[in-house]
Amino acid sequence: MPNVMLRHNAAGQLVFYVTKRDHEETVTALEHASPDRWGGEIRLADGSRFYLEPLARAPKLPMTVRVKRL
Amino acid sequence: MTMNRQETEQLIQEVLEVYPEATGKQRAKHLMANDPSLEKSNKCIVANKKALPGVMTARGCAYAGAKGVVWGPVKDVLNISHGPVGCGQFSRAGRRNYVTGYSGVNIFNDINFTSDFQEKDVVFGGDKKLAKIITELDGLFPLAKGVTIQSECPIGLIGDDIEAVAKKSAKDIGKVVVPVRCEGFRGVSQSLGHHVANDSLRDWVLHGRDDDQSFASTPYDVAITGDYNIGGDAWSTRILLEQIGLRVIAQWSGDGSIPEMQTTRHAKLNLLHCYRSMNYISRHMEEKYGIPWLEYNFFGPTKIAESLRQIAAFFDDTIKENAERVIAEYRPTMDALIAKYRPRLEGKRVLLFVGGLRPRHIIGAYEDLGMEVIGAGYEFAHNDDYDRTFKELQDGALIYDDATSFELESFVERLKPDLIGSGIKEKYVFHKMGIPFRQMHSWDYSGPYHGYDGFAIFARDMDMTINNPCWQKLKAPWQRAQAEPLSAAA
Repeated sequence: MPNVMLRHNAAGQLVFYVTKRDHEETVTALEHASPDRWGGEIRLADGSRFYLEPLARAPKLPMTVRVKRL
Repeated sequence: MTMNRQETEQLIQEVLEVYPEATGKQRAKHLMANDPSLEKSNKCIVANKKALPGVMTARGCAYAGAKGVVWGPVKDVLNISHGPVGCGQFSRAGRRNYVTGYSGVNIFNDINFTSDFQEKDVVFGGDKKLAKIITELDGLFPLAKGVTIQSECPIGLIGDDIEAVAKKSAKDIGKVVVPVRCEGFRGVSQSLGHHVANDSLRDWVLHGRDDDQSFASTPYDVAITGDYNIGGDAWSTRILLEQIGLRVIAQWSGDGSIPEMQTTRHAKLNLLHCYRSMNYISRHMEEKYGIPWLEYNFFGPTKIAESLRQIAAFFDDTIKENAERVIAEYRPTMDALIAKYRPRLEGKRVLLFVGGLRPRHIIGAYEDLGMEVIGAGYEFAHNDDYDRTFKELQDGALIYDDATSFELESFVERLKPDLIGSGIKEKYVFHKMGIPFRQMHSWDYSGPYHGYDGFAIFARDMDMTINNPCWQKLKAPWQRAQAEPLSAAA
């Protein structure tokens, strides 16, 4: 259950940053990205997958969340 | 001679042959030939791992990162080196972080404050002593805006509760008291110390004036982060930013102060120079206060112009026009400078082994002078630093992470660079090998190197190092090549 910061980079891509590991990776796919449901499975550029409990609405980024490793 | 990727790989293999098999295997993961097309480094280089026993590393400790790098330059705090006396004394004022003020009155960077741990403090704990020191210091230096407790190794080992002391003392003296858990044994290098110090800033300092709305902000407020004002770097950066019409409201942490750190939240943009040591706090401020951050590079006219345009793009047209005007204004001076030094430095080959940002940031400045960087490495970088390095370096250049002294010497013997940029620990070894050397941690007692003004000093320094006549005097006359006439040496 790592603590992760989600933010947009300069190119507008969603970036996944594991604070403790200084590990930054772009998000290639997000399961739910609609304004009323945001989260679910997150797929990263390096192939790893995480799960974020879906939020009731699209959050204001950057935001630190706890995610589950899949 | 520029090496292609295969030649570099072969060189790495040959250097690694000396090691025992297990060590060689480990070290091989830290060395590579550059491929500028790479986006991600985690597949091709291993970084931020513990140095191997038996090979000499150039790294420092968490205390060095927290007290020496991040907290040391803050001018109005009293940094107590909590523990035995040595750590504080030998790291005192060595990094040349310039500040303005009167030493011992309103600035305290060049004074060593320590709790001077003795056996009895280790046995009975040092918390009482620490509380007493803080009260005493407050009486002696009333203009100080805060106190930080920089833990040395024994504090973590004996389990003193410096956080409790900090909370209580902060109430007693009515100032910021920051416990920094930067015991030297934590982590693999000074890099963790940067992180710990950033976290202490976040938890104990940053929010101090969140209720205070008296600060009159403007739409052009920016903060400089990750600039430690080595030899005046932050000042020459500041000149440029002010010339393009921005207002610098805080400097983190070179010539910085507690009040300006606490008002940083009014900034519209955080300008991040040293990504490695201050990205943590910049990310936090982005999340908490919504301040975007931008990495920039103020080494050499090409990169400066690029960065100024990037910075200006965050603001309105006046700033953009100002940026163009400033770039144009400096161009004749820079052209004259390059015309003067380029013929003397053209084609010279440079090898770099430094810390946080420099192995990638200074490459542009060398290239402006017609020099090429044939190898670069970091002492304590993480993979995200290497991600940023690949595209700056030329194809086939040698990259080394946490190079051991043996590796570095072997690379130099084989590559025969015309200039090496590294630290004091390497300096005299390479001087004895007869190779021009600049200390790129502290600008070799020179500087500033940031900004247009800094580039003039940079170019002069590189010229006077490489073209110094002393390098021809290293061989005795009878050892010189026959063809060389003796009269030329006289």
